[in-house]
Amino acid sequence: MLHVIILLGILICAFQAVRDKRLLVSAIWLAGTSALVAIMMYLLGAYQIAVIELSVGAGLVTVLFVFAINIAGDEPIPNLSFIPKWLARILAIVAILLIGWQILPLLNLPIGLNQDAGFQKMVWEVRKADLYLQVVMIFAGVVSMLRLLTDEYHIRVLHKEVQE
Amino acid sequence: MNISTPMIVMIAAFGLFGVGLYCLLLTRNLIRVVVGLQIMVKGAMLALIFVGQMRGQPSLGQSMALTVIVADTIVAVVGLALAVQVKRSVGSLDIADISKLKR
Repeated sequence: MLHVIILLGILICAFQAVRDKRLLVSAIWLAGTSALVAIMMYLLGAYQIAVIELSVGAGLVTVLFVFAINIAGDEPIPNLSFIPKWLARILAIVAILLIGWQILPLLNLPIGLNQDAGFQKMVWEVRKADLYLQVVMIFAGVVSMLRLLTDEYHIRVLHKEVQE
Repeated sequence: MNISTPMIVMIAAFGLFGVGLYCLLLTRNLIRVVVGLQIMVKGAMLALIFVGQMRGQPSLGQSMALTVIVADTIVAVVGLALAVQVKRSVGSLDIADISKLKR
């Protein structure tokens, strides 16, 4: 019963995040979706990932959205999409069916037991390349954000100061 | 009707993916594009963790989900920063206005 309530909450929050006209309200609905997905992950036994998703997905990303919306402003954009709504709905349903057709039969393959190395060993030893990649991604994100959020005028002023 | 936990998780994963894709297909607002991407990736993360559990390798699914969380956050950061810069230079968040730049 709890799973069904969380499922309904996830789908309602996600749909409201897409449907609401105000961007700030959409960001709040997205944070709700993240929190409910984190609860679902916790119920599935992924405790560490649930905590990370709750802090990053519902916390950090929401703060970033609020920050960006405050700077860029919530301007009304005419509700005229490039394709009609009915076509978008059909395409989304077709995509879900295609992915389901590809993925669901794979779940019936024989299960490889006793291959699980434990989360800590998997992250820190087996998938070390992923870990390095994550560090690089975080640095790349921080540097690109600093560059993108800084005004061109301020960069020029700083450059002149360095030259002097 | 009795719905099993695997079915509930798969409905959640596919539902999130579908809602995110629907948002990406319809929206013209740059910030809302990032919202759509975030929703899609949440479905993928849920599917990764669930399939890891089903296949008897929960740690593998969880470690991949961790990588996806980091990548997704960086995508959001860069996407939002780009949206802010586009708003500063073009004066609009509408994708239709940005596509006029190539003419």
